[in-house]
Amino acid sequence: MMYSEKVLDHFSNPRNVGEIDDADGVGEIGNAKCGDIMKMYLKIDKGIITDAKFKTFGCGAAVATSSMATELIKGKSIDDALKLTNDAVVEALDGLPAVKVHCSVLAEQAVRAALSDYYTRQGIDPLPIVGEIKEPEE
Amino acid sequence: MEKRFIYADNAATTAVSDEVLSAMLPHFTKAYGNASSIYKLGRDAQADVEKAREKVAVALGADPKEIFFTSCGSESDNWAIKGTAEMMSKKGKKHIVTSVFEHHAVLHTCEYLEKHGFEVTYVPVDEKGLIDSENVRNAIREDTALVTIMYANNEIGTIQPIEEIAKICHEKKVLFHTDAVQAVGHVEIDVKKQGIDMLSLSGHKIHAQKGIGALYVRKGIVLPNLIHGGGQERGKRAGTENVPAIVGLGRAIEIACSNIVEKADIVTPKRNRLIDGILKLPYTRLNGDRDKRLPGNLNISIEGIEGESLLLMLDLNGICASSGSACTSGSLDPSHVLLSIGLKHEVAHGSLRLSIEEDITDEDVDYILEVIPKVVERLREMSPVWEKMMNGEEVK
Repeated sequence: MMYSEKVLDHFSNPRNVGEIDDADGVGEIGNAKCGDIMKMYLKIDKGIITDAKFKTFGCGAAVATSSMATELIKGKSIDDALKLTNDAVVEALDGLPAVKVHCSVLAEQAVRAALSDYYTRQGIDPLPIVGEIKEPEE
Repeated sequence: MEKRFIYADNAATTAVSDEVLSAMLPHFTKAYGNASSIYKLGRDAQADVEKAREKVAVALGADPKEIFFTSCGSESDNWAIKGTAEMMSKKGKKHIVTSVFEHHAVLHTCEYLEKHGFEVTYVPVDEKGLIDSENVRNAIREDTALVTIMYANNEIGTIQPIEEIAKICHEKKVLFHTDAVQAVGHVEIDVKKQGIDMLSLSGHKIHAQKGIGALYVRKGIVLPNLIHGGGQERGKRAGTENVPAIVGLGRAIEIACSNIVEKADIVTPKRNRLIDGILKLPYTRLNGDRDKRLPGNLNISIEGIEGESLLLMLDLNGICASSGSACTSGSLDPSHVLLSIGLKHEVAHGSLRLSIEEDITDEDVDYILEVIPKVVERLREMSPVWEKMMNGEEVK
């Protein structure tokens, strides 16, 4: 199986690993049974994602896609973050092996789960804004 | 700590040894004759093929006429199982006994036969990765055509009670095949003494090249021909002999089986030091029986981390290893072997297999034992599963 140099870079030097103690939104996606769990922490100020951190249990692609997803949304508006697609994550990593594309979907959904949590904490129903969070199939 | 390169995945494949290579080389450019040709160049090639066959036979305690060269272990397994199935179905025997944790070359062949009217009983293994021969006895029926049980498991290295199983098969008058791809060259095998009817082996696990294997078929068992064509392999498997590969396999098995006990004496203490060293990490467990296992195999589950990440991290540190995680298999399910011994999915995802040989140095062992805790700590630090475990939360 071939990982791109960028995937290996984001795996061996993942950006934004860790937690945010006073996060404004936290989302978790996946389960240990299927082998991938991503937990995403967001700090949001006036509609702008000022910080993003993650913790991931999973394969090299799971770590790399989490890392890239946080990079892609940091400094962006919530609206932009909601537009983040798994394809964009894959493209930014110079591609993923076909069997690993589901990891990029997890990364996309982890961002949405964190944003969903953010809205819930604000007392706003996240469903019309964020949509349904897709859990991976077992 | 200076970075090293350590190949600890000999159960996956091995390097062609210098001795094997030098035995093979003349057969590419000088002694290149077709073994079927009448002139001396051909006759010499034929003679070298037969010498290699004899070496394989000697290594297994078989007669050279009982050895057939194939292209790999999987081919040998396929031939033995499908061939026996075809042969025995004519007698109305359409049932096969195997185990749940066989190599896919056996499992998928059995599944194929299930789609073609055969019934298969998959004998379970216990939590130590061992098959109870009584379970095999109980699985055998009037219409059982074949029992096929692996000699040693490829992931957890556990060695099965082959002699006991063979004895039961003979009592019940059922043919017995064993996939010994992982065992040959690491444990003493004597097909006659052990009562093995058919045995598959592979060259590249014992320092021959990839693409060569053999099947031992006890005299008196007439398997259907596998490849129709010329009369090679006594008409059973046509195709011009791969003379360099066959010669290499002959030399490789001769070397591998010449000092099995001595090799085990060297490698076992090193393997045990690795096991004990890694098990010092919290939330780890050894998979498979500690004693009834291949001398060079260790398989440990490390909770809270995922296997492929671990392998990539080890690779960055120059260590080649293997895992039973789903991510290394391309499916969502972790290794069927680890699940068969009762591991939960999330634990099976974090397994590590090292398969070492006697060339590993004490410094290499030290190095591995220095690298693994660091890598595990790093991965656990970024793992939400580990976080949950440490907080006493349920891991789903």
